[in-house]
Amino acid sequence: MKINDLLQHSSEWLKGSGPHSDIVISSRIRLARNLDILPFPHWANKKQSEDSLRAIEQAITRVDMLKDTTLFKLADLDSIDKQFLVERHLMSYEHAQKADSKAVLVDSTEVISIMVNEEDHVRMQVMQSGLNLFEAWRLVNRLDDSLAKELPFAFVADWGYLTACPTNTGTAMRGSVMLHLPALVMTRQINRVLAAIAKLSFTTRGLYGEGTQATGNFFQISNQVSLGHNEEEIIENINALIRQMIEQEAQARQALLSKGRAMLEDRISRSFGILKSAHIISSEETTELLSMLRLGCDLDIIKDITQPAINELFILTQPAHLQKIEGKRLSTQERDVKRAEIIRDRLKDKLIGG
Amino acid sequence: MLCNVCGKNPATVHLTEIIDNQMNELHLCEECARQKSMQMEQQFGLSDLLAGLADFEKPAVEKEQNLKCANCGLTYNDFKKIGRLGCGDCLKRSTAQACISGNPRYAGANPCAAVTLTLRTCATACRNPSRRKNSRRRQRSATRSKRWRRNSRRQEGKRNEDQRPAAAFQRMA
Repeated sequence: MKINDLLQHSSEWLKGSGPHSDIVISSRIRLARNLDILPFPHWANKKQSEDSLRAIEQAITRVDMLKDTTLFKLADLDSIDKQFLVERHLMSYEHAQKADSKAVLVDSTEVISIMVNEEDHVRMQVMQSGLNLFEAWRLVNRLDDSLAKELPFAFVADWGYLTACPTNTGTAMRGSVMLHLPALVMTRQINRVLAAIAKLSFTTRGLYGEGTQATGNFFQISNQVSLGHNEEEIIENINALIRQMIEQEAQARQALLSKGRAMLEDRISRSFGILKSAHIISSEETTELLSMLRLGCDLDIIKDITQPAINELFILTQPAHLQKIEGKRLSTQERDVKRAEIIRDRLKDKLIGG
Repeated sequence: MLCNVCGKNPATVHLTEIIDNQMNELHLCEECARQKSMQMEQQFGLSDLLAGLADFEKPAVEKEQNLKCANCGLTYNDFKKIGRLGCGDCLKRSTAQACISGNPRYAGANPCAAVTLTLRTCATACRNPSRRKNSRRRQRSATRSKRWRRNSRRQEGKRNEDQRPAAAFQRMA
């Protein structure tokens, strides 16, 4: 599989299925593992990093679950390729920064991805559409078991899995759920909700993980605590919190519909109008407007467009995706034109009422 | 709106600071915002926080002691600087070192406390029955997951071979 092949289809987690997919976009479980004895990637010298990459690469070929996967070494990729993988949520922004002895493994459906030599030697993740953390856990747990047969992971009975950052030590598991909360933002309740989350030891991030701001009403919620509970308990805690947030968002949506239907329909229809007719559009504006379109789709105000189609537009209009589609480097201005063109093309036959 | 600091570029980052109940709004351009965030990071980073926890209540003499991992060479000062451990052995060996030095304090089930404890001591936890109970409870909750049990079983085999002192102590108690 080549990087460009990924463009041909939409990621599995964007298909808009799974429980609560009107509010929850995706669920992700990430496990961090390190090889025993070898220094962690940030502390390793060049040879040690190469050793760990080689050991992991060889182990991967022996795992049945990873038969249909491709390993991309970051040294072989250009900056657009790397950003493209970040935009598809297959690797982190930090991982893309330095290329030395780093790699990322991707399966063809983009459910599984493994970062090699990021902050830890191995960071494996499984993505699912909708609120589906347990299914993601089931898969990543199986993957972890089969990798553990091939690789000596650093583990101590008292502390669990050892990681470079002490805050991950323990289960070394992070469960994240991506939520779309436009009604909580519009009714100005979001700060109250986010403050409550922080008190419960959960973190809120933007669309692209660590260090990113929440844009277009998208929020990524994940656990901070990794030690002291087993994986299922941590997941159950996240689920309980997310279910409450879903309820709050659903209530806010109903309140908006009953008290301000005209205002809501106006905003959604205007967003649709701009997307359908703009010739230059920035990525921030696109995210904001697509968020409104998605809300319109969830509330049946817009009937002609499906949720997966909107989800796909979110990804296709990202900078590296635009450049991949065009097949060459584009300046910011050129991207804004190309972005508007793609959106117009995808929405041209669509009607508001359906 | 122009940047409040340089006054040249348009402000794209908007900060609200609350100090002593006084709200200050700051509008910065990208460049000045980056510098400001670097300043803030220097003032207070994750590494300071972690190392700060490890230093808490620690006698001054011991603080200066430069613990060094025999496997990867990471020193305690390196850890303070970068907030990251160097290899899996850092935690294991610092446990061993701490066992010699004494002076424990209770650590709940969170990783910052875990590092604090291991960087310092677990010796009295073995001597003092009430602390031993605490640490056992902590271990129990930490080892509930199935993989931990499986891995512990694996280690159990090794443990029986070398007749660890802890096992001998349990027999005495």
